[in-house]
Amino acid sequence: MIAGISIYEILTVTSILFFIGVYGFITRKNLISILMSIELILNASVINFVIINKYLYPDVLQGVFFSIFIIAVAAAETALAIAIIINLYRQIASVEVKDTEIMKY
Amino acid sequence: MEKIIFYILALVIIIFAIASVSSKKMLRSVIYLLFVLIGISGIYFLIDYNFLAAIQLTVYAGGVIVLFIFSVMLVHHIEMELELAKVSRRILVGLVSITGLGVFLTTIYSHEFAVVENTITTTTEDIGFGLLSYDVGGFILPFEIISVLLLAAMIGAIIIAKGTKLTNKKNDTI
Repeated sequence: MIAGISIYEILTVTSILFFIGVYGFITRKNLISILMSIELILNASVINFVIINKYLYPDVLQGVFFSIFIIAVAAAETALAIAIIINLYRQIASVEVKDTEIMKY
Repeated sequence: MEKIIFYILALVIIIFAIASVSSKKMLRSVIYLLFVLIGISGIYFLIDYNFLAAIQLTVYAGGVIVLFIFSVMLVHHIEMELELAKVSRRILVGLVSITGLGVFLTTIYSHEFAVVENTITTTTEDIGFGLLSYDVGGFILPFEIISVLLLAAMIGAIIIAKGTKLTNKKNDTI
């Protein structure tokens, strides 16, 4: 654990990060920006897992394992979403949310 | 000393996160996100989870950010300005976010955490044994499932990204 830093301060930072992500998710109008906001939200939750593992249950490692799984799933999700976005750009020449109204053809 | 480093990291994370969601230029916003991710890996280094910090640096700063930069370069002009949401909408969403943050913080600060004082250092060896053990509390099954998931995501990404050929074939048969 970090000397002199209580768990409350770190949880405050992650809460702020989470809500910055939520703000970006709602206000942005571009698919790639929305994806970046999702990354912020996921990272905030990963820090929470790790911090709670370290401060409350230091002799087990479950939080670390779940963080690794979250990171792997987030990477897979980003790769798939970017593939979809590039395919979409080929078909409608735009990545704005307001142009994305057709799921197929 | 660690206190000062933590506060610097927290400041860097929050400032660059705000810059990342409010910047008008797409590429700059990706680079701000990179700084946020590096700050987060700094926090992992501070609490002695070196393996996780290395994963964060390689997967996020090395992989995901490069992917984002590629896609931005493919679909945008480099200096293109993003259109922002209406001011009223931004203020409304900001207020809602701050309200939610207030709810979170009151909940967190009213809860007593049973913090265990410790200076345990986790080695990569421990994490490896935990991930690959099939005893009670082992994580071998999720580990394997994640590997299959990554394979599926890879194949899916390839098939989706080269989709024009598939759709053309379908159109011909119709």
